[in-house]
Amino acid sequence: MTTVFPDAIISKKPRAKIGRKIVLPMAIALTVIFCLAPILWQLLTSVKLNADIAAIPNVYFPTRYTLDHYRELFQRRPFLNYILNSAIVSFASTLLALGVGAPAAYALARLRLQGERWILAAVLIVTLFPPILLFLGLLEVVRYLQLGNNYLALIIPYTAINLPLTILVMRSFFQQLPKDLEDAAKVDGYSTPRMLLEIVLPMTIPALVTTGILTFISAWNEFIFALTFITREDMKTVPVAGAQLGGASPFEIPYGPLAAATVLGTIPLVLLVLFFQRRIVQGLTAGAVKG
Amino acid sequence: MKDILREREQRTGWLLTIPALLILALVFAYPIVRAFWQSLFVQNLGTQLNPEFTGVANFGRMAQDGRFWRTMFNSAVFTFSSVFLELILGMGIALVLNQQFRGRGAVRTIAILPWALPTALIALGWTWIFNDQYGIVNDILLRFGLIKTGINWLGDPTLAMISVTLADVWKTTPFISILLLAGLQSISNDLYEAQAIDGASPWQSFRQITLPLLMPQVVIALLFRLAQAFGIFDLISVMTGGGPGGATETVSLYIYSTIMRYLDFGYGAALVVVTFLLLVFAVAIAAYFLTRSRAKAAGEI
Repeated sequence: MTTVFPDAIISKKPRAKIGRKIVLPMAIALTVIFCLAPILWQLLTSVKLNADIAAIPNVYFPTRYTLDHYRELFQRRPFLNYILNSAIVSFASTLLALGVGAPAAYALARLRLQGERWILAAVLIVTLFPPILLFLGLLEVVRYLQLGNNYLALIIPYTAINLPLTILVMRSFFQQLPKDLEDAAKVDGYSTPRMLLEIVLPMTIPALVTTGILTFISAWNEFIFALTFITREDMKTVPVAGAQLGGASPFEIPYGPLAAATVLGTIPLVLLVLFFQRRIVQGLTAGAVKG
Repeated sequence: MKDILREREQRTGWLLTIPALLILALVFAYPIVRAFWQSLFVQNLGTQLNPEFTGVANFGRMAQDGRFWRTMFNSAVFTFSSVFLELILGMGIALVLNQQFRGRGAVRTIAILPWALPTALIALGWTWIFNDQYGIVNDILLRFGLIKTGINWLGDPTLAMISVTLADVWKTTPFISILLLAGLQSISNDLYEAQAIDGASPWQSFRQITLPLLMPQVVIALLFRLAQAFGIFDLISVMTGGGPGGATETVSLYIYSTIMRYLDFGYGAALVVVTFLLLVFAVAIAAYFLTRSRAKAAGEI
């Protein structure tokens, strides 16, 4: 790891030393507050009593806490369904993206395909398309295939949205992989599919996990397709269901349940980030920079 | 012998690639191509949803459509102000995360958190933060005596735009920090040491070493963020729904209502086509700068 201003040099200068002692801790504190405060406020709101939520001035340290808002989500709404729907769609599209994307990435890294450059360029450009440009055409496809209110209506687009990243990250991984083992396997008479499954795949698992985390996050967070292709209440995903909680009555906005929904919908991703921070950073930079 | 092997390699290669290409074609290529075709038809409630060929009339209508121009303007304002702020803030956070200090891993984890969370749900959180009665922003401002009565953040045209921009800055600054941090880590320490021996201040070494060498990452981050911000939908749709009075309605929200609310498919397709072309144009420009900045950075090492 490198630092911008190495200690050895900075210590020669008194002013820079003060900078490191005071400015750096302040900058760190600001960064932490900036990133955490909105989340914590939502978390706090979700466990406050209604009286405290609507108190003016705001209550920052409530003396009473409640889980009623969470209970309400499960009792009055099929919130468990929402979470399951999100989980099913995200897992399925992640697996599909890896299953389809990794082989393609291998071919693009190793097999000197004709037109390789064009494929890569297309894959790269496609990452920049916002989903709003696609939903009209997809809506027709969904209607034609009668996939409305079907998980497939989300799984296939999510797979596609995640394919470019999967291909780019996995390709840069395969390029770093030493070729000796594959060559040795070929000499030993392995066919390409067998070599891929028995030799390459086991080495690929860490990279697959990294990519899978990124695709899972983006599938879990997707909004516009889920909003358009799914209308049945018990088929909705967490982001859409959460966003529509407030819309029921304009006069009585359920702030507590809204906050609780935010917390519940984000917990899976918070856990992913806590456990896989390093991998997420690696994957993101590999995907964006290598491409 | 060699040719047979090569041919077999090609065949395997295509077999491995084609499933991915088919899915990409279905989800990306088809809707865009289809939009180009559909944009030449009128297909709305007036035609009882039957397509009727009109040539380029939809594009003529767009030129006259004040709402279209206003949403374009809103998108541009939102895109440039949010990306600009994110770039500055992201650079600052990347510089902090690149320092050595205890607990750096934990701080890095916290710093990527906003990026990973679902935008639609985060938008609910920010709506609550900017709430006119019970919002924490108003509460803090009141406590410091900066305002006398609560501000209706999401109810005022200008303030609503500022609010959604700030929420977006919070959500996507981490993305930029991560990319820039990777760039910072790849800059060799020797360069800074040589500069320091020459008596350069931290600011000078930032200007003369960090910034030029970081340029490729900056341009990549810009490329991704400009495209994403221009297509913003979920955040604004949840926070303001485009309101008040269309003040935060961006092109994507307009496309969505044209199609889903007014069922004006032909015109919606035309809007898609124009947005697509604009995006391609912007990407081409950015890609040009990217190649140039990469060549320049490589030259300076």
